[in-house]
Amino acid sequence: MMAKILAGMGTSHVPGVGAAMDNGKTDEPYWQTLFKGFEPLRAWHRDNVPDVNIIVFNDHATSYSLDGYSTFTIGVAEEFQPADEGWGPRKVPVVKGHPELAWHLVEQLMAEEFDMAVAGSLDVDHGLTVPLSIAYDQPDEWPADVVPLCVNVIQHPLPTAARCFKLGQAIGRAVASFDQDISVGIWGTGGLSHQLGGERAGVVNPEFDTAFLDNLVNNPQANAALSHTDFIREAGCEGVEMIMWNVMRGALNDKVSEAYRFYHIPVSATAYGAIILENS
Amino acid sequence: MAARDYDDVPGTYVLDSRQYRRGYHLNMFLMTLNRAECRDEFAADEMAYLAKFKITEEQKQAVQARDYLEMLKLGANVYYTFKLVSHDKNPPQVMYGKMSDPELSFDEFQQMMINGGRPIEGNRSKSEQKESR
Repeated sequence: MMAKILAGMGTSHVPGVGAAMDNGKTDEPYWQTLFKGFEPLRAWHRDNVPDVNIIVFNDHATSYSLDGYSTFTIGVAEEFQPADEGWGPRKVPVVKGHPELAWHLVEQLMAEEFDMAVAGSLDVDHGLTVPLSIAYDQPDEWPADVVPLCVNVIQHPLPTAARCFKLGQAIGRAVASFDQDISVGIWGTGGLSHQLGGERAGVVNPEFDTAFLDNLVNNPQANAALSHTDFIREAGCEGVEMIMWNVMRGALNDKVSEAYRFYHIPVSATAYGAIILENS
Repeated sequence: MAARDYDDVPGTYVLDSRQYRRGYHLNMFLMTLNRAECRDEFAADEMAYLAKFKITEEQKQAVQARDYLEMLKLGANVYYTFKLVSHDKNPPQVMYGKMSDPELSFDEFQQMMINGGRPIEGNRSKSEQKESR
C-alpha cells in the first residue's frame, strides 16, 4: 500500500488568530464571528486526521532573512520548535516532523527538477503554527506529524504562481510513490487579500478572493496564470501569499469536492479565507 | 535599476532587489529583535545599539521616531518592521494606521477594517487613485 492524499485545506495564517487563542480572547465580539466560522472546519478535522500534514507556509523574517531565503525548503527534522518572532515563542506544542516522507519528497522533487533546499533545523513561526491552531484548537500535542514546506513569498523574485502549482502536482506524484500505508493532508496557507505596509495598508478585495476560491475548486489553471503584479495590485502586496494555495491545489486530483468554505473581513488587516477540498 | 510593472501601484513597497539593497542593514538590525537579549540591549540604550549597525543617520532617526512609513521608504520591509512594533508592545494596527494616507489612529484603522477594509476601487494604480480623489 502506498501513501495517499486525502484532502487539502487552504487557510490564512494571520498571527492575531493565534494571539487571540493564546490570550483567551476568542469570546470577545471582534473574534466571535471568526471562531464560530471555524466550528465546521474543526469538526471536519476531528473526523479526518491524517498521519501527516504537508504544510505549505512562509517564514516571516523569523528563521530566514535577507541573509538567505531559499525559494522552496523542506524541513526534514524530527521536530520543529515554535519560534520567537519578537514577542517570545507561542506556547503551543512542538511540531513533530516526518523525516521519511520529508526525505522522500526531497528526492522525488529533485528528480523532477525542483531544486529543493533541505532544513535540518527550522523554528516555525505563525505561518505554520496558526493553521495548526485553527484546525486543531488547543490540544496537548498536535494529532498529526508535519512536513513543513517553506516558500519564499516575501523577498522578490518569488516563484511564479504556475511554478507553485506544478510543485504541487509533483508533490502529488511523490506522495503516491511513497511506500508506506499512510494518509496525507496538504495545507496551503497565507492570504487572502491583504496589504500590511505603506499608505495603502488595509486594502482588501472580496471579488478577487471569491474568484480565486471559485477557481481553486474547478479551474485551478486560472489561478496558476496570475502574475505577481496581479496579486500585488488586486490583492495587496502581501496577498501574493495566495500562490502557496496553488501548491496545495496542484497536489490534489483534477476533480475535487468542496467540503467547507469560510470568508470573513477583517482579521487584523486581512481578509480571512479557508477552504477544504476533498479528493473525488 | 529597471522599473517594474508594479511601480504604479500606490502606497506599496515591494521587497525587491532595489528595496533589499537600500534596506539591508536596517532590516538586519530589525531581525536581531527576534532575540530576547537583543531586545533588552536595544531597550537599554537605543542609539548605542543602533550604532552597532551600518545604517544611515536617516534610518536611525526613523527608527527612533517610530516613523514606520519613513522606514519603508528607506528600505525596511514590513515583516521586519513588525519586530519593532512588537518590541514596543503595540498591536500591528498602530503601525498600519500610522502608515496610512491620511494617517489613522488605532481605532480609526480598526473601524475601517470592520467596515470592510480599504476599498480596492481607486487604489489599484496611481492614475486610478488620482481620478478618484
